Amino acid sequence: MAQPSLLERLGILADAAKYDASCASSGSIKRSSAGGKGMGSTDKGMGICHAYTPDGRCISLLKILLTNHCIFDCHYCINRKSSNVRRARFTPQEVADLTLNFYRRNYIEGLFLSSGIIKSASHTMEQLIETACILREEHDFRGYIHLKTIPEAEPDLVARAGLFADRVSINVELPTDAGLTRLAPDKSARQIEGAMGNLGHAIAEAKDAKKRFRHAPRFAPAGQSTQMIVGADGASDTDIVAKASVLYGSYDLRRVYYSAFSPIPDASAVLPLKRPPLIREHRLYQSDWLMRFYGFKPQEVMQAAEADGNLPLDIDPKLAWALKFRDYFPVDVNRATREQLLRVPGLGVRAVNQIIAARRHRTLRLDDVAKLTVSVKRIRPFICALDWRPTMLTDRADLRTLLAPKQTQLELFG
Amino acid sequence: MIGEQLQCVTIRLNDAADFDEWRGHARRLVQADIPPDQVIWECDGQAGDLFGTVSENGLPQRAADKPVRASRAFVAIAKKAILHSDPRRFTVLYSLLWRLQSASGAMEDRADADVRQADEWARQVRRDIHKMRAFLRFREVDGDEPHYVAWFEPDFAILRENAAFFTSRFANMRWSILTPKGSLHWDGEVLHEGPAASRHDAPQGDPTEDLWRTYYASTFNPSRLKVNAMVKEMPRRYWKNMPEAALISDLIAGAQAREAAMVLAGEAQFQERPLSLAEVGKEIACCRRCPIGELPGQAVMGEGPADAPLMIIGEQPGDQEEMQGRPFVGPAGQVLSAHLAKAGIAREQAYLTNAVKHFKFTPRGKRRLHQTPTAKEVDMCRWWVESERALVKPKLILALGSSAARSLLGRTVSLAAIRGRPQMLEDGSELWITTHPSYLLRLDGAAAQEQEALFQADLKAVALRLAEISA
Repeated sequence: MAQPSLLERLGILADAAKYDASCASSGSIKRSSAGGKGMGSTDKGMGICHAYTPDGRCISLLKILLTNHCIFDCHYCINRKSSNVRRARFTPQEVADLTLNFYRRNYIEGLFLSSGIIKSASHTMEQLIETACILREEHDFRGYIHLKTIPEAEPDLVARAGLFADRVSINVELPTDAGLTRLAPDKSARQIEGAMGNLGHAIAEAKDAKKRFRHAPRFAPAGQSTQMIVGADGASDTDIVAKASVLYGSYDLRRVYYSAFSPIPDASAVLPLKRPPLIREHRLYQSDWLMRFYGFKPQEVMQAAEADGNLPLDIDPKLAWALKFRDYFPVDVNRATREQLLRVPGLGVRAVNQIIAARRHRTLRLDDVAKLTVSVKRIRPFICALDWRPTMLTDRADLRTLLAPKQTQLELFG
Repeated sequence: MIGEQLQCVTIRLNDAADFDEWRGHARRLVQADIPPDQVIWECDGQAGDLFGTVSENGLPQRAADKPVRASRAFVAIAKKAILHSDPRRFTVLYSLLWRLQSASGAMEDRADADVRQADEWARQVRRDIHKMRAFLRFREVDGDEPHYVAWFEPDFAILRENAAFFTSRFANMRWSILTPKGSLHWDGEVLHEGPAASRHDAPQGDPTEDLWRTYYASTFNPSRLKVNAMVKEMPRRYWKNMPEAALISDLIAGAQAREAAMVLAGEAQFQERPLSLAEVGKEIACCRRCPIGELPGQAVMGEGPADAPLMIIGEQPGDQEEMQGRPFVGPAGQVLSAHLAKAGIAREQAYLTNAVKHFKFTPRGKRRLHQTPTAKEVDMCRWWVESERALVKPKLILALGSSAARSLLGRTVSLAAIRGRPQMLEDGSELWITTHPSYLLRLDGAAAQEQEALFQADLKAVALRLAEISA
């Protein structure tokens, strides 16, 4: 059968890759194309989002699959063997050319390449690495490369991927082992976590070597990340948070991405009937933030969950925690420590830093706090200032209703 | 001396976006001890106060060596804020600098109005710089050597500020950036600044944009429409210069229809699990979720005690089964019965059913030829098998053939590799897998004998295990 045109194949393989949530191009080292033969630069800090699609997600990288042929049969995946989607494949050279052509026109920060498993895991991994190799060695491409690594591939192949890529990732897919056995029968949790462990070691070792030898090779300077699908199995938010904290702790991950299970064309009958609300994914990200930037322990995030083990959907987890532990409040903005201020729902890291800097110069009134934050009305019940004490407000039984965002009329066909 | 009188000093700036020029003036003003309310800043095109002003030349040159202090935070903010378009920026920045001379930590107080204002300008400028890096699009111009040209309309005077970013990223490419306030040209070695340009100076298209638009449309997930989130990060004013933005309205309009179609085509029709076997029987009769359901013929429900410890699952009803509406009554069923009896398993004490509930066939004359169900059809029917399992709760399940095995395990397995070894299922029941008896019917000679012996051995093992579990 004749191959579809490049345009058609790009459509098929971009469509097939879009269920991966991550598109970040951040956290690598500083690189520039000056003095080289090719093009591309990366920054140490944040990446650049070159466009946004109407689903609110950013396009930072060219995110495609090398092929959507797959010998695996994971039920949540649009590319599973038994799915009835159109199949296509790119050669490594074609992907490299596409990346360069897009990069030259400033459409993207680089490439995020993944693939269905063809022939064998190792063969597929070799193809992914070859693409990265063409970009880096033939074209001296210095933009961002994120390679999805395949846990079933030979460990030394997985290790090679890190030499070309800024970031490597392996998806844990589902928060519980039982879910994985049921929905991804060809995968094994032990193998996935084993591969993540190997990558973690390789990254740590390369970092250590770099400290001692200037010419030590870089290994995935932007670290590794992973993704979990939310709502495809019965796992509660508490399970998910627990799993994420284990992953952060054991494998030194930069990020755990959550992807709300969304209906896919030609879905398998084993999947749940309804999609989880998108807001659930959002609440999980918020809890992720609480753990990474606000000093919450996983147990504390879990305490914010409701009786069924899920985080409330109508209010954010920080507010949920505050409402449950009211004896912690009010916090005095003029005296409290940074850690205490970070617990106040409605105060972000930036606002807390500004409060701490500003109170060296003046004793803060409620008006001053209002200038530093988005909405002082939300914060008021939880803080004291020079001219403000919440008195009874903190302990009111209907505080949740007062602070929860107003419900809006739902879309009729939402 | 003029400086002793309460008179205003006017500073005329040549280039409003030149931080060094402003800094030079500001430094001298501080040294001459002129407070902020006595300085009027002017730049080309903006009229200042016509009365009672002296030009900067008239400044008293007192204390030229007096140190002028500015914190690092101030310089960082001022360098960006000066690029803003607000005419008050010079005055606010100068009054901040003035205050820094006596209070070195003044910039830390974000509750102060001037500090916040300067910070806000700097933030807006930084955002504009970032958005230019993000949303600028080059188009290729044909020539001896490819040349890439972009047209961009920034909010503020950030072109020069952003030059280093583009030269470091595209060092080995010939490119030009055109804006309404000036242009930049890079030939691979040297950067030139050029005059203001207009949209018509830039190329109007590029063939690669078709690929880019295809990518943009395909990477969009219609199940998760969040238009506000998109507009917040990619404001509408940038859209006119972005080739992909023309697709946005159609993508949004089509999204709900696309998702609804997917859900319909999927299994959103499966609502709640049936509460009894009788209900399963009723519902499978009208199940049309896969093409087999559309074929003529009735669905065949499982049969046996509702609390049977053993469940036997075949592939699908055959010709005879479909006509009688009962499982395992055709030739293969008779083979099964004979072997079960020989192994010591009472057929009437087992629950017998099929992985697929309807008979899949192709008509050939008067005969209906059996066809193997596809993996997808087996997966679709898995809902019913799971419903039966949940109701009967067998301790042991015997799957006959690979379709039945797929229905229970969710994956296609090799029978040769897995037969004779029990598998633990999620609900705690034990799964044994063997061949389908119809396989035995297709063999003859030595192969038939060999396979029959293997089949019998599997059934014996199941009988033994069943006795163990029941005991």
